[in-house]
Amino acid sequence: MVQSSPPPPPLRGLLDRQLLIVTGKGGVGKSTVAASLAWAATRQGKRVLACEFDAKGDLDACLMGSGRAISGPPKFTPSERQPRLFVMSMDPEESLKEYLRVSLKLPLVTRVGFLSGVFDFVANAAPGVREIVTIGKVAYEVREAAWDLVVVDATSTGHVVSQLDAPNAINDLVGAGLIRGQTAWIRDILEDHQRTGVVAVTTAEEMPVAETIELIAQLHERVKVDLAAVVVNRVLPEPFTRDDEELFDTMCADGGATLAKKLGAGVTIGAVHAIIASNRLAVGLRRSREPHLQELLASLDPGVATAFVPALTEATPGLATTTAVAEYLGDELGW
Amino acid sequence: MVTAGRAKRTKAVPVASMAQAVAGRGVIICCGSGGVGKTTTAAALAVAAVHHQGGRVLVLTIDPARRLATALGMESVGNAETRVMLGKGMPAGAELWVAMLDTSASWDDLVTRHAPDAATAQRILVNPLYRNITQRFVQSHDYIALERLYELERSGRYDLIIIDTPPSRHALDFLDAPARMADFFSSALLRWITLPYRVGGERAGRLGYLAAKPFYQVADRILGSQFLKDIAEFFLLFQSMYEGFVDRSNAVAALLHDERTTFAVITTTEPAPLHEAEFLLAELAKRKLRRGALVLNRVLPAEIADPAAVALARRIEAQGAPKSSGTVAQRRVIEAMARTHLRFAALAEHEATARRRLAADTEVLVAIAEQPGDITDLASLARLGDMLWPQ
Repeated sequence: MVQSSPPPPPLRGLLDRQLLIVTGKGGVGKSTVAASLAWAATRQGKRVLACEFDAKGDLDACLMGSGRAISGPPKFTPSERQPRLFVMSMDPEESLKEYLRVSLKLPLVTRVGFLSGVFDFVANAAPGVREIVTIGKVAYEVREAAWDLVVVDATSTGHVVSQLDAPNAINDLVGAGLIRGQTAWIRDILEDHQRTGVVAVTTAEEMPVAETIELIAQLHERVKVDLAAVVVNRVLPEPFTRDDEELFDTMCADGGATLAKKLGAGVTIGAVHAIIASNRLAVGLRRSREPHLQELLASLDPGVATAFVPALTEATPGLATTTAVAEYLGDELGW
Repeated sequence: MVTAGRAKRTKAVPVASMAQAVAGRGVIICCGSGGVGKTTTAAALAVAAVHHQGGRVLVLTIDPARRLATALGMESVGNAETRVMLGKGMPAGAELWVAMLDTSASWDDLVTRHAPDAATAQRILVNPLYRNITQRFVQSHDYIALERLYELERSGRYDLIIIDTPPSRHALDFLDAPARMADFFSSALLRWITLPYRVGGERAGRLGYLAAKPFYQVADRILGSQFLKDIAEFFLLFQSMYEGFVDRSNAVAALLHDERTTFAVITTTEPAPLHEAEFLLAELAKRKLRRGALVLNRVLPAEIADPAAVALARRIEAQGAPKSSGTVAQRRVIEAMARTHLRFAALAEHEATARRRLAADTEVLVAIAEQPGDITDLASLARLGDMLWPQ
């Protein structure tokens, strides 16, 4: 870990770490960003595991060109969706089974019918167990080093902090037992800033920015996990330069009557009005987003890598969008 | 709002209004995936309902991000219900109330209510496991949200309660919460784990211990015996509330199916939320729950799709703005306007496709136009409410 006297070594670049946990408020495009990071690392020749925490299949959809129906949804066991790029879907129950099998050497247990009952009990009754087997599985994949990089498409910001905090919660609650014995190495991996980083995804809107600022505070205070990068997603194109924006306001102040006349015969006021409406919306969105963006940027420590990804018109999740986002991220974050 | 053009295209489908969806209902549950504006929509619907129907309307939000507080221009809204002062022009006796679910306070209320005596309640409340379960981990939000809804509904203080749903992994997880809670409290496993520790049951306890032995071996190795004992003690205390809890869970589940309860699914026209909304609609139908309305949030103004405007923008993009249209700077602005318009027109086309698909499967389909600017006060909420439920 970081020592007090010599200055800490510069942190590794994003894709040179071993574990990236991608989080953000619902709806900001976490899965696309997670998929893009995984895809970019794969393009560098790395062997990558992309892990989706909530088994909706969004991450997988971002990595599929076509033929998803043929391969079916991702499972707990990673499957190779693109060359060197594996996808898995987190399943805490499977994770616990694997843990029992591998670490406790309890092969027979897996055949005993009540195990899923045990899991239900353990996960519901013992706080933090569901979280620890989830984050523990990810750390296990990192520790076993079968991958150059593990990218997690995590849940929303609040839940992620619970998951990252699970080793601490377990330590506080559990006096002894094998689960407790597992927390130290998990924490070592999560808190190693050279290996592990959180990528916070947001949009330049009020609530996503508020949640991101809250997440960053929690990362500092509750868990000692490094904030590796902030990705501002869906940045809208600037419709005009600032001077032209003022000119637009003046030219269209009368609702378009003058403009329709100037544009010549056959141009209806209705058509001009519609064009003004879309532009007023564009200007309005830019103006309303600007302060949120400024608030976010002002809250970040100077060294935090920040990337902007434009809103992609007609973007449907899929490899084409993922590739495009990966290129923007590469330009911004320097790979 | 369905525009005239759209109504013509979907003439075969009877499109009812939000007024019809809300009429006669006492509870509206707003669901949808994260980031679609669920909380704001719930608040706007409450403002519209109080305006149109009068009566006492409460909006209950669960989201720990306290968005509703911002939308209503209030610094904070606690577990307690707070009255929002409305402007003029409201029906006589109309009142708008807001409350935000405070998960841990609601759990404490529940324990206090169901514990057999004050001493037991106190022992539960100070138990570290209890504090952890209710504060640190998110799964408990689902159940407590519905429990609070039930309590508010039962109080009879409100004519209409509009509830925003917690950010679940899946938007319908919370619907299963009462059943899960009841199952959990009646589970054989819970009996096993508490058996050796039950007071006065030494003989039965020993027999039970033997019966549960393989289970104990596994649980013991995973969690350690001390922790297991802590858990057992906690659940022994909790089991004193067993009957109250199971009855309540069943009553909460029944409320979801009550004919005075309806669901509103909120979505944007982006692919992922739309997919989730369609899943939700199907799932509600499967569970025989009432599908009240589908709200499409952040749609583009209808006129953007005007073919004449698109043609004009294309012409300007291809040929440049005519010389007659102004100075160099003005022509530059006109050309930029055309480009922006074509970008929005492409989005509008996607939207139209989605709306046609949804209209075929939904009785009440309303749309809220994209609002540049944040919802920070009642007036802006009322404008949204007008779109949800036109005058």
